[in-house]
Amino acid sequence: MIAVIDYGVGNLFSLTSSLEAIGAEVCVTSDPEKIRQADRIILPGVGAFADAAEKLRSSGLDAVIKEEVALGKPIFGICLGMQLLFEKSYEYGEHSGLGLLRGSVIGMEGTVAQGLKIPQIGWNSLSFAKEHPLLKYTREGDFVYFVHSYYATGCEDSLLTFTDYGAKITASVVRGNVAGAQFHPEKSGEVGLGILRAFCEWEGK
Amino acid sequence: MITKRIIPCLDVKNGRVVKGVNFLGVADVSSPIDLAKHYSDSGADELVFYDITASSEGRALFTDILREVAKRIFIPLTVGGGINTVEDFDRVLKCGADKVSVNSGAIKNPELIREAAQLYGNQCVVISVDIKRVNGVFTVFSKGGRENTGMEAISWIKRCVELGAGEVVVNSIDTDGVKGGFDLELLRLVCDAVNVPVIASGGAGCVDDFVTLFKQIPTIDAGLAASVFHFGEIEIKDLKKSLWENGISVRI
Repeated sequence: MIAVIDYGVGNLFSLTSSLEAIGAEVCVTSDPEKIRQADRIILPGVGAFADAAEKLRSSGLDAVIKEEVALGKPIFGICLGMQLLFEKSYEYGEHSGLGLLRGSVIGMEGTVAQGLKIPQIGWNSLSFAKEHPLLKYTREGDFVYFVHSYYATGCEDSLLTFTDYGAKITASVVRGNVAGAQFHPEKSGEVGLGILRAFCEWEGK
Repeated sequence: MITKRIIPCLDVKNGRVVKGVNFLGVADVSSPIDLAKHYSDSGADELVFYDITASSEGRALFTDILREVAKRIFIPLTVGGGINTVEDFDRVLKCGADKVSVNSGAIKNPELIREAAQLYGNQCVVISVDIKRVNGVFTVFSKGGRENTGMEAISWIKRCVELGAGEVVVNSIDTDGVKGGFDLELLRLVCDAVNVPVIASGGAGCVDDFVTLFKQIPTIDAGLAASVFHFGEIEIKDLKKSLWENGISVRI
């Protein structure tokens, strides 16, 4: 059973549909007990970092996530959900994340090459920073769908894949049992389903 | 590098796709689900569903269909047609849409863009604009291109982006249906005016029209078309191969 954490940000229809399409058992929940019972956790999210971080804190779900991660349960953050795994974000100020991965989230404004549009919206290709079971169904150069204006930096120890958007942009990360993707696997066709499938088969090691 | 997107648009009325020819292997070309699957398998980067239903029964059918599509097809889905309130945004987003396209609804009430962008994020709000030259001035038309709003197009688009629109679809009424190529003059003006993704629509007649579009305007992000794809005049696979051979970055 995968617990998709429902903390009131974003629409989870496509995510749950894509997980069901690969045969996973999904439970969309904000119930700590269900999260504890699940084999693995997905942390989704769209919108603003500060707002989402605050929702995780005020609901107490941040503590539940940290406890489960400490017990070795695999977690996968998607888009803003991945950004929340890091120490902090500089989106409209400076805000703390879950601190499960080293690094911080910064804006593309001023860091990517001039003339590129922000947000990055569309399909871009993946380059591998290392080999990992999460990439067992992915080939270098495969395209995935991005929609974002911020990205993780200072995360060399967890960098799994990156993409080129006028700068080296963190595309996915993994360290221990903590993983995530800046892009949307649930919107990235067969390539994306392959990544979700690999997560469902991964033991978090 | 980020790739140029190819986007087929499906007009849906009472739960059925309005026009189309028989594709090999597609059992029912009027079925939005079958046709969407065909396009997705052919390499479409995104799909637009345009609800041209007038009745509320038709609207309910549309969201049922949308939900079925979103359960099976895992590429971005944009929905347009009859979007006038944030409740309309909510209705289609809950059924699996990723982006919502507004046109006449934003002309009636521009604040709709701001409200929706605040609730769902800029990336979710697409402004679609029907534009026609009137005495040499690019002018915005509403109600499916029937009504002249008197507004100058570039300033309207800039205003929409300032209000929070994250993407712009430019439909040229002058080139639409003519199949003589995209409206490069208009598209260049829009691309120079805003820094959000711009999607070209209206005028594609053949593969070369897309090649010309992306070569002539490197800042354009996507090409959208309906009938040339539905009538099988352009196969998306061939189109992408051709773009690739012409040095244009596409997802293959």
